[in-house]
Amino acid sequence: MPDRADTYPALLELTLARLREFIREPEAVFWVFVFPILMTCALGVAFRSRGDQSSVVAVVDGPGRAAVEAALTGVPGITVSTLPPGEVDRALQRSDVQLVIEPGTRPTYRFDPTRAESRLARRAVDEALQRAAGRHDQFTARDQPVETVGSRYIDWLVPGLLGMNIMSTGLWGLGFSIVTARTRKLLKRLVASPMSRRDYLLAQLFGRLVFLVVEVGALLGFSRIAFGVPIHGAWTTLAITCLVGALSFGGLGLLVASRARTVEAVSGLLNLVMLPMWLLSGVFFASSNFPAAMQPFIRALPLTSLNESLRAVMLEGADLAAIGGRLLLLAVWGVVSFVAALRLFRWR
Amino acid sequence: MSESALRCRGLQKRYADVVAVAGLDLEVTRGECFGLLGPNGAGKTTTIEILEGLTSPDGGDVEVLGERWGQGRDRQLRARLGIQLQETQLNEKLSVEETLRLFRSFYPRGRRVDDVLGLVELESKRASWVGKLSGGQKQRLAVGCALVGDPELLFLDEPTTGLDPQSRRQLWDLLTRFRAGGGTVLLTTHYMDEAEILCDRVAIVDLGKVIALDTPRALVASLGAEHVVEFRLVDRSLAPTESTLAALPGVRDARPEGDAWALATSEVHLAVPALLDTLRTRGATLSHLTTHSATLEDVFVSLTGRHLRDA
Repeated sequence: MPDRADTYPALLELTLARLREFIREPEAVFWVFVFPILMTCALGVAFRSRGDQSSVVAVVDGPGRAAVEAALTGVPGITVSTLPPGEVDRALQRSDVQLVIEPGTRPTYRFDPTRAESRLARRAVDEALQRAAGRHDQFTARDQPVETVGSRYIDWLVPGLLGMNIMSTGLWGLGFSIVTARTRKLLKRLVASPMSRRDYLLAQLFGRLVFLVVEVGALLGFSRIAFGVPIHGAWTTLAITCLVGALSFGGLGLLVASRARTVEAVSGLLNLVMLPMWLLSGVFFASSNFPAAMQPFIRALPLTSLNESLRAVMLEGADLAAIGGRLLLLAVWGVVSFVAALRLFRWR
Repeated sequence: MSESALRCRGLQKRYADVVAVAGLDLEVTRGECFGLLGPNGAGKTTTIEILEGLTSPDGGDVEVLGERWGQGRDRQLRARLGIQLQETQLNEKLSVEETLRLFRSFYPRGRRVDDVLGLVELESKRASWVGKLSGGQKQRLAVGCALVGDPELLFLDEPTTGLDPQSRRQLWDLLTRFRAGGGTVLLTTHYMDEAEILCDRVAIVDLGKVIALDTPRALVASLGAEHVVEFRLVDRSLAPTESTLAALPGVRDARPEGDAWALATSEVHLAVPALLDTLRTRGATLSHLTTHSATLEDVFVSLTGRHLRDA
């Protein structure tokens, strides 16, 4: 009986098995690689032309309507329509119009002051009507439109999407594959062999790192080509940030999946873990929008650290020293989760 | 090196509201194929998983290849065992060869993957995904995964349940090849023919206890009758009493089985004519009459009053 092993070491075989399992699952490939790109694309298109969006203002039909409409003709950024008096409330409720004007010697503006477009429309309309009523401007300023690459919404958004993607593929990817292996009694079969349990968990993490290269590359490459999103910092710094983030969320994924017996249970847990970070950690809008009392909690979340680090590297060109504290916090999340997962893990 | 591959005494395991194993003793000799035969729920799987070190017993003592579980040498011990579990579903997206390579990588020494592929007759399926295999092929692969480490002791939990006759036979052949190399096998089954064909000794298990233990031949011989005559009547009310049937020439034992009767006999040529005479005098008409050689099934029925398949 030949003793020569015709296989790779167990850690490598386990990692290969994880990679094969993943790339042979078309749905998983879609959610990890294609979905973030579609999302970037959709959000990029939605927010790219923010500045030249025109507001719809409606003039209520009745005496004085023609005068108001004449005064508003040619005002940039405003589209004028007419509204029968009975439909004003409905139009405002449905946000069909951003502002409604009731003509008169002292016109009434009806609008929702919490909406930025409505406030802008009110100012533009008011100025046009004041001028028509005889007000004189002291000077006419020259407008010089600027679109600086690196300070647009899309530039701010892409690092956040990248962070979110690293989080969700880490958590979903590991959570699902582990719980599936548990429900199919594959874990039990594995521990019936002399396999090292630590090797198994490490292989799950290492498998993640291989996807990470592809997934980060795809998202950054796409946003660079399609939107010209810049990367001011060093590539190595960005790579290290992504690596620490992926290991951190990989560890968290192992922990979340360490006890769950069913796919339903782990889905619930994953949502519970991810939802607060989706909202609070500055993916789509800045976390400074939340009250000061919540800030210490928000700053302790791993996704906040990852997003802030990614933004610092990509937008401000920060070096490792500048984001070291945040990366350390991320690493602590990862190590503590991994150790806890190894202890808590249910193998059967 | 101890002569016994496996020894357990007074094994006990209780789950929330059921006693799965109630004081079970076993000893399996090296080189032997030992069968745990019993109906579903008899405690076979719990017993085998305790022996495999996957479930800890509530009481009792287990010795596997001269070692005990939980003494810090579990991984070394596992390297000497081959285990197939009843419910494991291997990863469907891996190929047969990849699966065997993966399992092979866990063992410090063992067989070559190509040799195992040949042993379990899956060379032609080498590159197929596990998900595309038939039930019998999956089961042979599961046994192949148990064989990659060239085990001294092979555990098989219901290896042929749900397989068609041809697949069962292929698996039996595979076990015969493994045993030719001197390996020890412990298997559970609820198929009496499987136990009779494969096993050197059989323990009949019911309600978490061993109720009989011997070679299949000796167990059947313990019935004192090598044949069973079964009959059914058109009109049950005309049936003779049990004691009348038991007193017929050549009949050793008679018992009702549902709406039929079973007579244990060593002399079919005496028992059947006597039975027919008795029925004729009572005016009863047969709707069914068969005889078969006594099996482990009959042993189980005579011990428990129940059948293996519906117990």
